[in-house]
Amino acid sequence: MKIDVSHVTKQFGSFAALAGVDLEIKSGELVALLGPSGSGKTTLLRIIAGLEWPDEGQVFFDGTDALARSVRERHVGFVFQHYALFRHLTVFENVAFGLRVKPRRRRPDEAKIRAKVHELLDLVQLRPLAERHPNQLSGGQRQRIALARALAIEPSVLLLDEPFGALDAKVRKELRRWLRHLHESINVTSVFVTHDQEEALEVADRVVVMDKGRIEQVGTPEEVYERPATSFVHDFIGESVVIPVSVADGALHFGGGRLALDSQGVHTGDARLFVRPADIHVGPPDDAPLKGTVKRVHGIGSARRLEIDLVPAYSIEIDASGTGATPGDLIGLTPNRYRVFAVGA
Amino acid sequence: MAHEAVIEGRLTGNRLAVAAAGRWTVDHAGELERKIEALVARHRGAAAGVDIDMAKVERLDTFGAWLLERLVRGFSGTGKEARVVGLPDHYRGLVEEAHAVNRRALPPVRNGALTTALAIVGRRVSDVGRDFVLIMQMLGQVTAIGLKSLVRPWSFRFTSLVHHLDRVGWRAVPIILLITLLIGAIIAQQGIFHFRRFGAEVYVVDMLGILMLREVGVLMVAIMVAGRSGSAYTAELGSMKMREEIDALRTMGFDPVEVLIMPRLGALMLAMPMLAFIGAMAALYGGGLVCWVYGGISPDVFLARLKEAISLDDFVVGIVKAPFMALMIGVVASVQGLEVKGSTESLGLKTTDSVVKSIFLVIVLDGLFAMFFAAIGM
Repeated sequence: MKIDVSHVTKQFGSFAALAGVDLEIKSGELVALLGPSGSGKTTLLRIIAGLEWPDEGQVFFDGTDALARSVRERHVGFVFQHYALFRHLTVFENVAFGLRVKPRRRRPDEAKIRAKVHELLDLVQLRPLAERHPNQLSGGQRQRIALARALAIEPSVLLLDEPFGALDAKVRKELRRWLRHLHESINVTSVFVTHDQEEALEVADRVVVMDKGRIEQVGTPEEVYERPATSFVHDFIGESVVIPVSVADGALHFGGGRLALDSQGVHTGDARLFVRPADIHVGPPDDAPLKGTVKRVHGIGSARRLEIDLVPAYSIEIDASGTGATPGDLIGLTPNRYRVFAVGA
Repeated sequence: MAHEAVIEGRLTGNRLAVAAAGRWTVDHAGELERKIEALVARHRGAAAGVDIDMAKVERLDTFGAWLLERLVRGFSGTGKEARVVGLPDHYRGLVEEAHAVNRRALPPVRNGALTTALAIVGRRVSDVGRDFVLIMQMLGQVTAIGLKSLVRPWSFRFTSLVHHLDRVGWRAVPIILLITLLIGAIIAQQGIFHFRRFGAEVYVVDMLGILMLREVGVLMVAIMVAGRSGSAYTAELGSMKMREEIDALRTMGFDPVEVLIMPRLGALMLAMPMLAFIGAMAALYGGGLVCWVYGGISPDVFLARLKEAISLDDFVVGIVKAPFMALMIGVVASVQGLEVKGSTESLGLKTTDSVVKSIFLVIVLDGLFAMFFAAIGM
C-alpha cells in the first residue's frame, strides 16, 4: 500500500502540531518518523491511522482518499507505546481478538483463527506463552504480542507509535533488529514513530526528520546523517560541534579572524559551522584554521574527549581518541568535513 | 489559467527562481498562501537566494501584496537574500506599503484585574457550553446504539452488563442501606424534636413518608451512586484512554461507546431504580425505629399513619426519576472519562469533575421533575 500525505495541517488550540506536511511512502517501505517531542510525528501517524483528522490536506492510500474512511475501514494495524493489550484476555485471545470481531460473514472459523494465531505467535516467537495473561509478560514480550495482534487482521499498513519507547535499552536493541527482520519477511508498508535517532537510522529504509510540525528532511539513513539538509537535522542526528561564525566576502570569520574554510555558498551574515566531533583533526597549532587550549580531558581509550577553549572565547568538546593532548596545550583543529548553515536555515 | 494565481519555484544551484503569474487577489489568497508556505518550507534549507519574478502577475491587491511580502520575509528572515523583479510600477506603492507593516512585534497585551476576572468567567461559560455539547453528543450516540441493539439484540454485550450490574448494583447495596437508614433516622428525630412543641409528633410520619419516597431517598441514592460508580466509570475509561486501549479498540474496528459505555450505562440504569427502592425502604425503616424509640410512636401507629399519608403516586414519582438520573450520571461520567488526556493529573481532575458535574446535574434534573410532576398534578 502506497501512502500519500498531501499538505496536511493540524492545529491543537493555538499550537500548530502539523504545518503543511507532504510525504510519500512507497509500498512495502519501512519509514521512520523521527523528531524531538512536539515535532508532530505522532500526530501525523495518528492522522494516517484515522485516529485523528487533519484540519486541511489529504491522505491517500493507493490513490484513494483515506480521509473519507473511518479508522475501522482503513484496515491499519496500530502498535501503541504502552502496548494497550486487553488485560482480561489471554495472549491467545488478545491476538485472536481482531479476527473474532469481524462481521459474521467475513469471520474465519474457529480452526482458521487458531491456526492464524499460532502462526503469528510463532512469528513473534512467543508460542509457549499463549495461555498467559499480559500482566505475566515482560515489556518486550508484551510489545511483541501487541505486534502480533496488529498483524492478525492482515493490515495493509502497519503503524507503530514509539514501539520501543517504554522498554529498557537492551531489549530495545534486540527488538529493533527483530523488527527489521520481521519487516523483511512480511513486507507490509510500515511507519514507525521514534525520538531515538539510533533506532530510526538502524531500522528504517527511509527516515523522515521532523521539527515543529514540519518535515526537515526525508532520506535514507545515510543521506540524513551524511548530508543533512538543514542545521536542525545536522544538530539532531549524530553529534555536532557547532561554532558560531559569520560570512563576509565569501569566507568564514570567527572571533574577528578569517578562517581558511569555504563558506559553502552561504550569504553574508551570521552563520553556524557544523562539524561531527570525529571529523576534527587535532594537530599542531601552526596553520590549522581553528586554535584552542585544551581545558580538560575526560574519559579513556576510545571514549576520550577533550574540552577545548577556542581562541578567542568559545568552548567546544571533541573526540580525541588518538591524541596525547594534555590540559594547557595549545592545539590546532582542522575540520576535515563540515557544513555551514546560515542562522535559521 | 487566466483567473488563477500561479506560483512556481525552480532551484538552480543554490538560487531559487520563483515565477509568479495570474491574479494575486483576495479570491485566490487561501490557495496562494498554502503554495507560498510549502515553497518556503521546501527551499528554506537549500536555497541561498531567491529571485521572485512578478512580471506576469495580472492583478495584485493588498492580500497579494502581503503574501508577496510573506514570501520575501520567509527567506530574508533566515538571512537569505530575496529579490523581487519585474513588478509593474503601479503596484510598487502597494508592495512597499506591505513591506513596511508589521515590522515591530505588537506590545504584549497587559491585562488588568477586571479583564482577567472577565476572561476567567468567559472561559468558564465557554467550558459549560462545550460540556453541554459533549453530553448531548454522547446522548445522541448512546440513543443511536441503543436503537441499533433493539434491532439486533445479540450485538449488545450482556456479559459486560451483568458484570457492571454486580459492581454498581449489588455491591452498592450495603452502603446505600446504611446511609439511607441513617438519613431516615435523623430526619425523623429532627421532626419529632420540632413537631413536639406543637403536639404534632404523629405528622412526622407524613413528612418522612412523602419526603423519602418522593425526593430525598432517590436524591441521596443518586448522589451516592455518582460518587461511587460515576467516579469509577470516569476513572476506568480515563485510564483506558491513557493507556491507549480505547484507540486500540478503534483501530480494531470497535466503537468504544458501544463496547465500553453502553453496558455501563445499561447497568447503571437498571441498578438505580432498585437502589432507590432499597434506599427508600431503609429510610422509612430507620425513621420508623426512631419514631418508636425516641418519639414513642409504636410500629402499628406508624404503619397506619403511613398508609394514610402516602399514595402510590409518591412512590412512582420517586422511582421514575431514578433511571433518568442514572443516565445523567453515566453520560457525564463517560464524557469526562473520554476527556482524559495523557497525564495522571488530568485523570484525577476529570474524576473530580465527573462527580461534581453529575451531582449538580442530578439536582437540576430533580428540579425539572418537580416542575413536571407539579404540572401534571402528581
